[in-house]
Amino acid sequence: MAHQNQGPQMLTANRLRDGDVLYRKGDGWVPMLADGDVYKDATSAESALAAAMAELTRNQVVAPYLFEVRDVNGKIKPVKEREIIRAAGPTVHPHTGKQAGQVNA
Amino acid sequence: MLNPLVKPVDPNMYRYDEFDAQFVGERVNQFAGQVARRLSGELTEDQFKPLRLMNGLYLQLHAYMLRIAVPYGTLSSKQMRKLAHIARTYDKNFGHFTTRTNLQFNWIKLVDVPKILRELADVEMHCIQTSGNCVRNVTADQFAGATDEEIEDPRPLAEIIRQWSSLHPEFVFLARKFKIAVGACEQDRAAMQWHDMAVQVVKNDQGRIGYLVMAGGGMGRTPYVAHVMNEFVEREDILAYLEAVLRVYNQDSRRDNIHKQRIKILINTIGPEEMRRRVAREFEELKRMGTLQLPREELDRITAYFAPPKFESGLSDTIPDAGPGFADWAATNVHKHKAPGYAIATITLKTPGQVPGDATAEQMEVIADLMDQFSVGEVRVTHEQNLVLPHVRKQDLPAIYAKLKELDFAAPNAGLITDIIACPGLDYCDLANARSIPIAQSIAKKFENLDRQHEIGELKIKISGCINACGHHHAGHIGILGVDKKGVEFYQLILGGSGAEDASVGEIMGPGFGEHEIADAVERVVNVYLKLRQPGERFLDAYRRIGMAPFKDAAYEKEAA
Amino acid sequence: MTKLIKSGAYAQDVFAPLADDAALPEGAVLVSLTRFQKERETLLARNTPIGIRLQSSENPEVLGADVNHFSLIALEFPKFRDGRAFSWARILRTRLGYSGEIRAVGDFLYDQVNYQHRVGFDAWEVPDNFTLEMFNRALTEMTNVYQPSSDGKKTIRELRAGK
Repeated sequence: MAHQNQGPQMLTANRLRDGDVLYRKGDGWVPMLADGDVYKDATSAESALAAAMAELTRNQVVAPYLFEVRDVNGKIKPVKEREIIRAAGPTVHPHTGKQAGQVNA
Repeated sequence: MLNPLVKPVDPNMYRYDEFDAQFVGERVNQFAGQVARRLSGELTEDQFKPLRLMNGLYLQLHAYMLRIAVPYGTLSSKQMRKLAHIARTYDKNFGHFTTRTNLQFNWIKLVDVPKILRELADVEMHCIQTSGNCVRNVTADQFAGATDEEIEDPRPLAEIIRQWSSLHPEFVFLARKFKIAVGACEQDRAAMQWHDMAVQVVKNDQGRIGYLVMAGGGMGRTPYVAHVMNEFVEREDILAYLEAVLRVYNQDSRRDNIHKQRIKILINTIGPEEMRRRVAREFEELKRMGTLQLPREELDRITAYFAPPKFESGLSDTIPDAGPGFADWAATNVHKHKAPGYAIATITLKTPGQVPGDATAEQMEVIADLMDQFSVGEVRVTHEQNLVLPHVRKQDLPAIYAKLKELDFAAPNAGLITDIIACPGLDYCDLANARSIPIAQSIAKKFENLDRQHEIGELKIKISGCINACGHHHAGHIGILGVDKKGVEFYQLILGGSGAEDASVGEIMGPGFGEHEIADAVERVVNVYLKLRQPGERFLDAYRRIGMAPFKDAAYEKEAA
Repeated sequence: MTKLIKSGAYAQDVFAPLADDAALPEGAVLVSLTRFQKERETLLARNTPIGIRLQSSENPEVLGADVNHFSLIALEFPKFRDGRAFSWARILRTRLGYSGEIRAVGDFLYDQVNYQHRVGFDAWEVPDNFTLEMFNRALTEMTNVYQPSSDGKKTIRELRAGK
């Protein structure tokens, strides 16, 4: 969050009540990264972040932030390992998390 | 789930009276109120964060993480069963034992926390001050009350410190966290010198028992080993002394740079001499005031809770012969007990390939049964993420081993190279730069062969996924630090650290290794040790004699080729 | 806007904050340490109550023997995480024997009020939406305490011993 990324980005946050990882889609949030919006440039990314920050008073999500993604063989994937793990679940417990279909409504 | 064949046993440990129970109950209500105010928006996240941290609740990579206090590492079987129940009911059926002897659950929902806290309060447990800028869980030697190496059991003192520090009004908004450990032996199994403050029970020349207080140890970005603040504090003065240290820390620590706000920075900036002077001044005044004096009756009253169990007499004092697998396990995982016929048994949660320090709800319940059947209802958690059955009859060791084998917790590796400490790392932790658990697993599998492990001997590997050092990498004979190199996980090697009484800060070798190279690099380092060691030298001793150069050359040799 | 809670009730604040470079008016004023150190004689010679507002980095020991000239010592919380003022209040009540008003000002939480009260604060400058009812509730969330402090409240140990 310290510097502005220039490439495509997505926006993520945690749901306040249960801590679940969410991805911004439109003016709402979805649980799976594959369904989230990709912001192609810094301007649209920053304005999505600003909108999410303004909505914090709704007390639905906490700590929204942008992260870089890229296209890998037609699929959107995070650039950083941290976001790959965050989107899927812990690599050491593959039977838990979103990778195992454990998604809270 | 209670095993009908096992009769629950209540160990000798601190018991809440009505005051303690009311305190914890009111704390739960208070936090429930704070959760409600957060959900309604009356509290912002910025305001709520320090409040939830002081109740042990982190927001991590995937969900909330709840850290439950295990004071001085001591659990009863009833408490262990409750932890299993919470794992099953509110989490994903497992928990993680930490390097501060606490238990963490990784998939907690904020809205469930008040309920969980009430369940914990039912068995005299809580999450108070397991995080936040306050005094944290007080840890102790895991062999306390069982070893003949100690002057006395340090846990009554730990309990007294726990009460004194609980919601201490002056010290709940310190500059940073404050970790305290206690011990009572020359052998340091609690990594005392790495703590913000530690108290060691000592005897002076007149044979009087008192306390040596040290302060300023700490890991993280700038690791330091503690300095002695006072060689001998009288028993009745100990709380006044600890309060003096905390006050000097609270008032004089920096508040402008989060990386410079631990007490280790203060002491190393002003110098230990000056720190001792400032503390002594506060101490004299607090002693004069008198309100913090610890009466002998109170120390005796608390000590009585920790009375040793009724040891049987006339027991066989030899470890039975029960086959080679058992003999291997007894060689590393069984330690001498002060009572004839008894032993201390270590359950390493480090079977090669396992996640270090993890236990499922089912495993916890079987351990609770073992506690009741064989260890007077008691278990200890160690800072090396293992468990200890403190009071077992030697004749029962084979039965214990057989049960541990069923649990897959029978690795005969306590203190050996596969007994690795690893933090949760990037698989779970919001702060991490790299994963640590898979590294621990790959190294443990690589060195799995027991003959090879014994050839190598004592070698403590400690792995942290980031500079916060929850895996204690600075204190590893071989330490591994995960770093982020342009979004890719890299691992630095650190050699020559120690968390025992010969405490030392490990030395960074140089540039990091990739995820698929680090285990091989460790192997090359170990091979140098095997080649160059002198008789009787552990890895750590050989490193201290030889220095970094040959290890560094070997580690990078593959890349140079 | 803020209001003052003192000794468990709403109170009028009789101290006018005085900027370092403003002219000295009649009546009770609240000055910074910097101003007090520059104009000590002038300020103490007046026959009006004087208050001082200390920043979190300013140890009240610097006031020395002057401490009891102040009717009010306001201790600042620049950010609620900065807990130095808890020690300053404790030192004021013990080592310095200060018996005047110790007021909490700045950024602090409802959840800190009880701790402040214990260590010796007896006045709070609170936002308008902070009610007396909230203040009283803050003091009652935890019935008992384990350690002694400036409030002289009996500790659990003393209660256990029937004292």
